[in-house]
Amino acid sequence: MAPAGKKVLIAMSGGVDSSVAAALLVEAGYECVGATMQLWPRALPGLEENERGCCSLSAVEDARRVANQLGIPYYVLNMQDEFEEHVVKDFTAEYLAGRTPNPCIVCNRKIKFEAFLAKACQLGLDYIATGHYARIGFDEESRRYTLKKGVDLGKDQSYVLYSMTQTQLRHTLMPLGTYTKEETRRIAQRLGLRTAGKPESQEICFIPDNDYHRFLRDYAPEAENPGEIVNTKGEVLGTHRGIAFYTVGQRRGLGISGPEPYYVVRLEPETNRVVVGTAEEVFAKSCTIEKLNWVSMAPPEPGESFETGVKIRYNASVVSGVATLVGPDRLKVEFAEPQRAVTPGQAGVLYQGDLVLGGGTITGT
Amino acid sequence: MLRVYLDHAATTPVRPEVVEEMLPYFTEKFGNPSSIYRIGWENRSVLDDARDRIAAQLAADSSEIIFTSGGSEADNLAIKGYALANQKRGKHIITTSVEHHAVLDTAKYMEKLGFEVTFLPVDEYGLVSPKQLAEAIRPDTILVSIMYANNEVGTIMPIKELAKVAREARVAFHTDAVQAGGSLSLDVQDLGVDMLSLSAHKFYGPKGVGLLYVRKGIRLDPLIHGGGQERRRRAGTENVPGIVGMAKALELANAEREENMRRITALRDKLILGLRDRIPEIKLNGHPTQRLPNNVNISIKYIEGESLLLNLDMKGIAASSGSACTSGSLEPSHVLLAMGVPHEIAHGSLRLTLGRETTEEEIDYVLAELPPIVEKLRAMSPLYQE
Repeated sequence: MAPAGKKVLIAMSGGVDSSVAAALLVEAGYECVGATMQLWPRALPGLEENERGCCSLSAVEDARRVANQLGIPYYVLNMQDEFEEHVVKDFTAEYLAGRTPNPCIVCNRKIKFEAFLAKACQLGLDYIATGHYARIGFDEESRRYTLKKGVDLGKDQSYVLYSMTQTQLRHTLMPLGTYTKEETRRIAQRLGLRTAGKPESQEICFIPDNDYHRFLRDYAPEAENPGEIVNTKGEVLGTHRGIAFYTVGQRRGLGISGPEPYYVVRLEPETNRVVVGTAEEVFAKSCTIEKLNWVSMAPPEPGESFETGVKIRYNASVVSGVATLVGPDRLKVEFAEPQRAVTPGQAGVLYQGDLVLGGGTITGT
Repeated sequence: MLRVYLDHAATTPVRPEVVEEMLPYFTEKFGNPSSIYRIGWENRSVLDDARDRIAAQLAADSSEIIFTSGGSEADNLAIKGYALANQKRGKHIITTSVEHHAVLDTAKYMEKLGFEVTFLPVDEYGLVSPKQLAEAIRPDTILVSIMYANNEVGTIMPIKELAKVAREARVAFHTDAVQAGGSLSLDVQDLGVDMLSLSAHKFYGPKGVGLLYVRKGIRLDPLIHGGGQERRRRAGTENVPGIVGMAKALELANAEREENMRRITALRDKLILGLRDRIPEIKLNGHPTQRLPNNVNISIKYIEGESLLLNLDMKGIAASSGSACTSGSLEPSHVLLAMGVPHEIAHGSLRLTLGRETTEEEIDYVLAELPPIVEKLRAMSPLYQE
C-alpha cells in the first residue's frame, strides 16, 4: 500500500472507531478529508431531541474536533433525503411485509458505499474509508477483491458488508480490520483523541430509544393492523396488533398461553396472520437467499453446489451447510444442523474460514 | 493556490481602521460607562459620540438607537419586544416567507405565545408587493416585519412603498436591514420605517454588535432585564469597543458606498455574464436588476450545491449555498423554495457575494475554475444527458 498522493474521504461518525481509522490513515501518509453524514433529522415529532445518538449535534462536534486535531479538512454532508428514501422507507416497508430488516446493511449498500462513495468521486478523491472491523484484500489468482473478517472476531463486521461490489471494494479502505477493539482504544488514548472513551453505539441510529414499535406507529401508522394468531395447523389462538410488530422466533408479548410456550414461526402478510408453534417448530433445515452478491468468489454456475459456512443473523455464529444455486438469483442452503429462527429479511452471508464468499437476503426456509 | 473569499453576505473582515479605533477600549480605556469615576464617564461620552455618529448615518436621533449583540438580537427585540408591549391592540403580525431565520423563527415562536402570523408569499423574484401587504392587514394587525434585502438571493424589497402601506394603516413597520447595511441607503426618514435592524460584521465591523433603530414613540418590552442601559430597553454593560468599531465601520461604508457599489456591480455583472457564457443551463435567482450590488445566486441544473461547494473549497474559493443548519450541513434554501424553485434545483444553488476587496483577478480565477468543476460533476450526474 503506497499511499503517496492518494486522497481519501473518511466517514467519521464521531465514535472512537472512525476517529482512529482517520488517525491511522493520516499517519500512513494519505491525504485525508473527514466527513460526517447527516442522515436523519435530530428532532422528530414525539421524540426528545436526539442528543447522543448518531447524527446528533454532539456526534458532529466530536467528529469535527477529531478532524481538527488530526489537521484534516472536515465537512458535514447532508444525506437526509437519500437516507429516508432508501433506508427508513425500506425499513418500514420490510416490517409491513412481515420481514425483519437489517437497516445497517441497506445503509451500507445505498448510503456509505454508494452515495458517500459518489461524493468522494465528485470531490476527485481516490478512496473512502470507514471504521469497520473487516479486511479488504486482493486475490491475484482470481483477480478479485476479497472481504475477510476483522482479526478481532468479537468485533467482526464483515456480515453487514457482504453487499459490497468489486468496484466498491477497490475504492474502500478499512484500516481497523487488522486491529482489535482494545488496540483501537489504546491508539485513541495514545493520540489523546477526545472520543477514546466513548461507549459503543448498539441501537439503530434513527431509533435512538431503541423502541422500534413506537417508531413504526409514528412513521407508518398503517402498521397497526390487527389479525389472527394461528398455530401451524391453522387453529386461531388469539389476536395480534399487526404483523410488523412481530419477528420470527419471538416468544414474549404474544398474549396467548398454552401447555407449552409458543414462538412465532412465520409471518403471513397475504392473510395478515402470525403463525406460532412449539420450540421445535421454530427450527428449520434450510433457507433460501435472494438478491445475491458474490464477493470473494466468482458467481457459481446454475445448479452448482458447494460446502460453505453461513451466518443468518448479525449475532449468530457461522454454521456449516451446503449451498446450491437453484435459480438465477436464488440460493438454497441446507444446514448441517437445523437452525433456530431463520428470519426472512435478515442477511444470509456465506463464509469460507475468514473469507466472505457472498450473501443475500433470506426469503424463506 | 489563490484564496478567494466570495461569501461577504456571511461575514466580512474587520477593516484595519476599525480595529485601530477599537483597540484602546480593550485595554487602557476599559471603563464601564455606567461608573461614576473618570475612566467610566470618559467611556460614557465615547458611547454617546458613537451613538451620535451612528444616528447621523441613519438620519435618526441618537435616542432612537438601541445597541444589541447583533442582527439576530435586534430582530428578536423588534418582534418580541413590540408584540409583547402592544398586544392589547391586537395579536396579528405580518411577515414574509423569505425572511432570515432570526425573523422567521421568532415569528413562529410568537405563534406559540398566542399571536397569529401571516407569512406573505413571494413572486418568482422573491418580492412582495404593497398591494399584497395592504390586503393582509387586518384590524388586529400590530406589526409588519419585511426584510430590506434578501440575504440569499439579494432581492431588494420596495421598503418605502411597503412602509407607507403600514403607516397608512397605523401598523408598526420593522425591516431587517442586516444584508442591506453598507450596500443601500439606510436613511430611516426616507424609508419611513419604524424599526430597523443592523449587524456590524456585515459591513466590515466587528462580530457581536448590532443595533435596532426604534422610532420615537414606539413602545418595546425589553428582552434582557437587569440594568438601566439603552434607556432600560436592553440591560447589560455596553460593548464599548464593538460599538465604537460599528460607528467607524458604518461611517466608512457610507462614505465609500457609491464608489464601491459601482465597482462591485461591474465585477458582479462580469461574473454573472461570464458564468452564463461558460456554463449551459444555469439560472440567475432573484431579481435581475432590483438586487444587492454584490450578490450572485445561480441555480446550476443537474448538480448538488454541496459537492460544488466542497470542490470550490478545494480550489480555495469560499462560497455558499442554501442556508447552513446547526451542524453545518446544507439544507435546501427556504427562500428558493418560497420563490417556486423546484426542490432538486434549489439543491444545486450557489451564492457568491463580492466585497470591497474583491479583485478582477479573483473573478477571473472563479470563471476559470468553476466551469470545469460543473462539467465534471454533471458528467457524473445521472440526471444530466447532453
